[in-house]
Amino acid sequence: MVEILEEYELPIGEKYKLIRNRLTPSSEINSPGRISIVSGIHGDEIEGQYVCYEVARRINESPESLMGIVDIYPALNPFGIDMASKINPLYKRDMNRTFPGSENGTLVDRMANAVISNIAGSDICIDIHASDIFVREIPQVRLSEEFAENLLPLAKLTNADMIWMNATATVHESTLAHSLNCLGVPTLVIEMGQGHQINKPYGDQIVDGIFNILCELGMWTGPRPRTQLPAMSGDGSVEFIRSEHAGIYMPLTEHNHFVKAGEVIGELIDPFKGEKIQEITTSGSGLLFTQRIYPVVSEGDLLARILTGAF
Amino acid sequence: METIEIFKFNSIYRDEMKVKGYIFGNGDRSAVIVGPSRGNENEQLYICSSLVRVLTELEAAGAISNEKQIMVIPSINHYAFNLDMDFFGVKNLDINRCFPGNDYGEPISRLAGGLFRAISEYTYMIQFTSFFGRSDCVPHVRMMANGHENVSLANLFGLPYVVVRRPQPIDTATLNYNLQRETGNAFSVFTRQKEQIDEKDAKQAISAVLRFLTRMGIIKYECHSGYISHVLYEDDLVEVYAEHAGIFRRIVNCGDDVKYGTDMAEILDPYDGSVREIIKASTDGIVFFAHNAALINQYEPAFSMIHRLHE
Repeated sequence: MVEILEEYELPIGEKYKLIRNRLTPSSEINSPGRISIVSGIHGDEIEGQYVCYEVARRINESPESLMGIVDIYPALNPFGIDMASKINPLYKRDMNRTFPGSENGTLVDRMANAVISNIAGSDICIDIHASDIFVREIPQVRLSEEFAENLLPLAKLTNADMIWMNATATVHESTLAHSLNCLGVPTLVIEMGQGHQINKPYGDQIVDGIFNILCELGMWTGPRPRTQLPAMSGDGSVEFIRSEHAGIYMPLTEHNHFVKAGEVIGELIDPFKGEKIQEITTSGSGLLFTQRIYPVVSEGDLLARILTGAF
Repeated sequence: METIEIFKFNSIYRDEMKVKGYIFGNGDRSAVIVGPSRGNENEQLYICSSLVRVLTELEAAGAISNEKQIMVIPSINHYAFNLDMDFFGVKNLDINRCFPGNDYGEPISRLAGGLFRAISEYTYMIQFTSFFGRSDCVPHVRMMANGHENVSLANLFGLPYVVVRRPQPIDTATLNYNLQRETGNAFSVFTRQKEQIDEKDAKQAISAVLRFLTRMGIIKYECHSGYISHVLYEDDLVEVYAEHAGIFRRIVNCGDDVKYGTDMAEILDPYDGSVREIIKASTDGIVFFAHNAALINQYEPAFSMIHRLHE
């Protein structure tokens, strides 16, 4: 059932809404479990749209197999999605820095609070992000060490390619995931693909992981998908490769491939002079799991990340 | 006066963005004045550039105290100013949410890191900044209540108000928050205007900085004593929210002393001009903050008031 949980007026003929699709078991079940699937906090990260669609589609195909409640929130930042904007255009801020919000505050605070209070009580929440438009990522779960003990067993069920402990600000304070984990709702942050795009195989991979979790929690009696165990990584086993100059980056290696220490994975070029500015090489061997897609770079921009030491 | 280059940022097709510091006097690194981080903070840019002019004159007159050094950084985000953007770079990120920065991170993180290192060498930091949204406020000095704040020092600016804010997760990456943890002497000065230049307002801010520098023995300057500041805790301000969205027709201004029940603004229906709401003062007091855009969303802060304080 698609429900409007919260809505706020905008100046001219429009509302800012929190909308959820709640899928419930076809027969009565005592104390059913509940999973919340969340996407679209960053409006330029569209990968979760397909995941939300596919989860609902598979459940609609075999509703009798559902033994718990599945709440789907595909668009927490609807204006961002409409405008292909990471931040919420309504207040020009990153929505994932506004949690937990408050009941009686500003529109920003109230929406954040509404999201949290509706998800609270779930047995698990999965917050699906994509990368930005600049780099492409393999499907991965990002965890903060603070909550790793509770989250790791669930993260291993996601069918992601890797689990990255303490990865980035996506798992830190004022995020949805941090706020929910503090409230006792185990929340996994999944990153995959790239901004403005949908990679269907990645989406299918994570949807299989979600059904694997549903089976584990006793919420799905349909066939359990075959899944893989993700590679594990701490910050120490990730090599960051950044540009040391401004230029145009030309990757020479495929994404999601293994590279050897010292291998040239790309080059930085100068279109004016027809010159190569820099050859980009790796220090260690491993899986190239992050790759620069947007070619224009400045000093410090991320070109690649290599997962080393986990194999 | 001498100038130093604090940070340099390269873009493939734009001129280098050089963040420059203007240094006055020799000796102890006593005070640093930091200009705007967002490209719409024109008033703050005007104030800082005026301070460079005034301090140049004072230095020529021998008014910088012996063994004291002052640095002014008028602008840290020229790229945004030049394109009339709010934030930094292609990722459109707020520099003032990236401190203390990281010399080996993303471009914005390197910029924040370079600035932070230069700024934290000084005993006192004065930052010119503004509120996020479209609003104005009474001039004040702002500090974070993180256990390191020194409210007595903030009084020495002689501005009408000192505001102490209980930090939220969103504040933890600001310059003020991080520097206050480091040195305990970080002050953010808020003026009435942001996008428009207000000469009177700017003059008050310049005087406030000169007054502070005089009282700390950093310059020799005769100036009016200013106000004995009224210290406010942000949590004690009374927020007045718009209950409806629409055209915002403001009736009272910042600094006005209003009585309970006074009409503060009207919200009009944008289709037919009818009155959707009359915002009334929910207490006696002085208007501290006021929304100043033509349109307003539901639950957007229209005003905040200093409860039961009178002129």
